[in-house]
Amino acid sequence: MLTNFKRVLRFAFADFYRNKGISIAAIFVLVITTLLITGLFFMQGISDFIILQVKDKIDITAYFKSDTQEQDILIIKDEILKASPDIKNIEYVSQEDALNDFTEKHKGNTVFSKALIEVGNNPFLPSLNITTTGDTLQYENISNIIQQSRFSDFIEKVDFSQKKDTIEKIFSITKNISRFGLGLAIILILVAVLVVFNTLKLVVDKSKEEISTMRIVGASSWFVRAPFIFQGVIFGCISFVVCFLVTILLSYLLSSGLSVIMPGFSLSNYFASNLFAIILIQLGFGVIIGVVSSFIVVNKYLKV
Amino acid sequence: MIKFKNVTKIYPPNSVVLEDISFEIKEGEFISIVGKSGAGKTTLIRIILGLEKATYGEVFFDGQNISAIDSDGLQKIRRRIGGIYQDYKLLPLKTVYENVSYIMAIEGKDNEEIKKEVPRILEVIGLGEKINNFPRELSGGEQQRLAVARAFVNHPDIIIADEPTGNLDPYNTYEVISLLEKINKAGKTVILSTHDREIINKLGKRVVTIENGKIIRDEEKGRFII
Repeated sequence: MLTNFKRVLRFAFADFYRNKGISIAAIFVLVITTLLITGLFFMQGISDFIILQVKDKIDITAYFKSDTQEQDILIIKDEILKASPDIKNIEYVSQEDALNDFTEKHKGNTVFSKALIEVGNNPFLPSLNITTTGDTLQYENISNIIQQSRFSDFIEKVDFSQKKDTIEKIFSITKNISRFGLGLAIILILVAVLVVFNTLKLVVDKSKEEISTMRIVGASSWFVRAPFIFQGVIFGCISFVVCFLVTILLSYLLSSGLSVIMPGFSLSNYFASNLFAIILIQLGFGVIIGVVSSFIVVNKYLKV
Repeated sequence: MIKFKNVTKIYPPNSVVLEDISFEIKEGEFISIVGKSGAGKTTLIRIILGLEKATYGEVFFDGQNISAIDSDGLQKIRRRIGGIYQDYKLLPLKTVYENVSYIMAIEGKDNEEIKKEVPRILEVIGLGEKINNFPRELSGGEQQRLAVARAFVNHPDIIIADEPTGNLDPYNTYEVISLLEKINKAGKTVILSTHDREIINKLGKRVVTIENGKIIRDEEKGRFII
């Protein structure tokens, strides 16, 4: 058994070497398609990051009456937190903080400065800024909780109804982007699989007559098929090494440029934190498609 | 050893290549199947090898019905047959050495035996110098001799030679036929398909003549008469 295994391996390497031209072509196609799939994986990461950034900008604000004590607001904050597990972040902004934020934001704007002087006192209300982990419905639920009668003595207004349309639009856009990305990924993966399958079919087709002769002289299905399957593994492994090196290089080269366009996103960090998944995708795609394609194509010619 | 029982082969839609063929090949026999091109000789051989199935009738190999046998069983039968063909059927991506050693590897022979036997048989057949060449680097005669070496290396029970001298010059033709005779003298069954009158008449062995898919003559020590 071990002897036969060694023989099959030797045949696989010999055929690989003797068919250099077509072997290199097959590896090239496999590298391109594996890189395409790796690219899709990175695109998924980038789009997830962008969607998260956009979603993080969504919040609702509960404004309290100006005479509400900070202590009461903090108690309400705790109660809201208890009542709604979907809250990602809830931040108390006092009247002073709101005023400071405003003046800082509009520093140098004489119109706003004059208006504040004319009003005389601090016109801002204390508030709670709330973000959730979920969609519009969750924001609506939180808004409903805040507007319950037990809080009505303290609450001036909740801006959910004003922001509802915007929130819905953002969620709809992000959802559509995700769907489109998924659809595009499926189509591209299918195209990649078909291209690789047909290329490997060419590799096996070249040996069609040889397979037929092997059968005529009495070789078992395994003895004929195994070298081609091992060749598929060789193609997959070489393609993986090439793709992995290219991915490392591209991650390094593009990382700084991307972090300028998308502050907070580091391509090299994304690569490092998803190293195992990337290895699995590149090695898995190359080897599995190599083996399966060889198996299917050789099977066709074994019927001799 | 091999028995044809009312075998008919029809290729769609209605091309009858063999019609109601019945005959038997005994162990150790040297049988020549003769006929014009297109008479059905190659189809008959392809049926023995399990490359074609009879449309009607049965073919038995040591009592086993070839048409009813599974893939593994068929491969076991093929391993008992050494084939020499007009188009050589060599493995183009394998060297001379590998073409012969492949047959031994199929049989599960160990490396020591292969390393000893393959160079020996290649030396006998006159290809000892070309052990690392590929079939495309050999002449027609050399390729046919390689096919002969491959057919003999496992000492099969039967040698099937389908037009083995078709591409050979008279000298190589004589060499191949002499080898087949030697093999037969060693007790192996030889089935020779040819349309070479001179060879048949010189052999003086059993001759089965096929014409238009039918056996028209089956004679011990027969001659080529068409």
